[in-house]
Amino acid sequence: MKVFRMLGRSIRDAFKSVIRNFSLSLASISCITITLIIVSIALIASFNVENFTTAIERDMTIVVFLDSDATEKEIEQVEFDIKAIENVEKYTFQTKKEVKERMQKESEVFNTVLSSWEDEESPLKDTFQVKVKDIEKIKATADEIKSLENVSVVRYGEGMVDKMVTAFSSIEKVTYGVVIALVVVTVFLIINTIKLTISARRKEIGIMRLVGASNITIKLPFIIEGMILGLMGSIIPIVLTTYGYLVFYKHFDGHLYSKLIQLITPEPFIYQASLIVLGIGILVGMIGSASAVRRYLKI
Amino acid sequence: MDLIRIKNVEKKYKNGVTAIYDLNLAIEKGSFVFVIGGSGSGKSTLIKMLYREEKPTKGQVIVGGLDVAKIKNHKVYKLRRKLGIVFQDYRLLPKLTVYENVAFALECIGEKKDVIRVKVLKALEDVGLKNKVHEYPDNLSGGEQQRVAIARAIVNDPKLLLCDEPTGNLDPEKSMEIMKVLESINENRGTTIIMATHDKEIVDQMKKQVITLKDGHLVKFKQKGTYAE
Ligand SMILES: Nc1ncnc2c1ncn2[C@@H]1O[C@H](COP(=O)(O)OP(=O)(O)O)[C@@H](O)[C@H]1O
Ligand SMILES: [Mg+2]
Repeated sequence: MKVFRMLGRSIRDAFKSVIRNFSLSLASISCITITLIIVSIALIASFNVENFTTAIERDMTIVVFLDSDATEKEIEQVEFDIKAIENVEKYTFQTKKEVKERMQKESEVFNTVLSSWEDEESPLKDTFQVKVKDIEKIKATADEIKSLENVSVVRYGEGMVDKMVTAFSSIEKVTYGVVIALVVVTVFLIINTIKLTISARRKEIGIMRLVGASNITIKLPFIIEGMILGLMGSIIPIVLTTYGYLVFYKHFDGHLYSKLIQLITPEPFIYQASLIVLGIGILVGMIGSASAVRRYLKI
Repeated sequence: MDLIRIKNVEKKYKNGVTAIYDLNLAIEKGSFVFVIGGSGSGKSTLIKMLYREEKPTKGQVIVGGLDVAKIKNHKVYKLRRKLGIVFQDYRLLPKLTVYENVAFALECIGEKKDVIRVKVLKALEDVGLKNKVHEYPDNLSGGEQQRVAIARAIVNDPKLLLCDEPTGNLDPEKSMEIMKVLESINENRGTTIIMATHDKEIVDQMKKQVITLKDGHLVKFKQKGTYAE
């Protein structure tokens, strides 16, 4: 009960101070807002990239095309060699006939073109579809298979994923830098806001100490003030990213460019992201106010 | 029984000034004690050591059986809750009413609203300000403001009331009013009162115990003393 009374008092005092130092409070809140908008965009982007790169990686297969004139024995040898490769998780074999049937099913255009071909003149080839254990070593594995006898071409989704991941990781680094700089500025602004509150309430603090207020009672309103600044600063970013992501998701129909790049379903993802943004906001506010209290409230 | 025992206390400030030299004192529970002496004689320093605003550099300051110097910084509030303290400059919050100023002391320690109400009204009655409950400090005379400060100091029923020149800003008539209030608190509530002053009139009229300091040395401790001898 006593704890609740003290907490209620602290929250009331904190709100009063936010209003009293309105311009500096507003500066702090704006700075948190900008920081958190960037943080939440980065957050949503990185979760999505993480999501679809793993999805793509999970899906990634080496397609091994065999020479058209390879005999059954030679094919068996290739299979034996593929099996022996350390990084191969599993593989399936598709004859050119199966490939043809699959492609015919997939598209009308293919269907008409392919039907006109006899088996002998078909440009299609027998293939192995190979899945690897370690995606990082996919290039080495592909090269190894390519060097086998009777293998004509080897293909895998090279490039795309790699490029995306490297592009994103450099964007990520820049974002980290910007966010860190912004957090530093924000904390600095909050420290100054709280410093102002503390000096405006010097007399009150002195009396509190005389009448036996505990240190935590004296400090709490200032800490809470910082948390309120953080909380207020996270409102706009949360609203913006929640609606922004919903609109974005609807607009692109849940995926980018191809079905391979799936976006994360908004619910419950946006709520989790909002919670993280709110948490960061309050934490930054608390760090600022706690260090102001430590510096300017020597008790 | 002694409420306060001061043993071999020395206080040397960081700048090298020694404000108290080898002080030994025992003050009984329920007594009313003046601490007198010229400016710079160490009166305020003695008071400050009693509420642990300053620590002695040597010796022990024991209040209610507790060695005050040994209290850790973050535990000082526990001592303060058992004391009331009054200063020359009142130290009221101008934006709060008389009632709110007194209630503030109890709110700070997490007291319940209904308990606060009862205690605050009782304290204001004891200092004769029940009719000024809703006034703001700026609308009160100096004597009245000091009585508000006294009410705030006694509102939590402290065993000990420390006053550092409470009449320093008041004319003789108002000063005597304050002294009447303090005397009645001492008699009716049984609160031990230690009051630093250099007001000769008051000390001579009140006929209480007198501790005389001179340049940091205790020169006299008399029952029913006067300022001069
Ligand atoms: N915070 C302080 N730092 C250094 N010296 C102090 C401090 N407070 C008081 N003094 C010195 O200690 C001596 C006693 O001061 P004080 O206790 O205030 O005397 P009084 O209250 O009797 O006038 C004086 O010489 C004063 O200058
Ligand atoms: Mg003094």
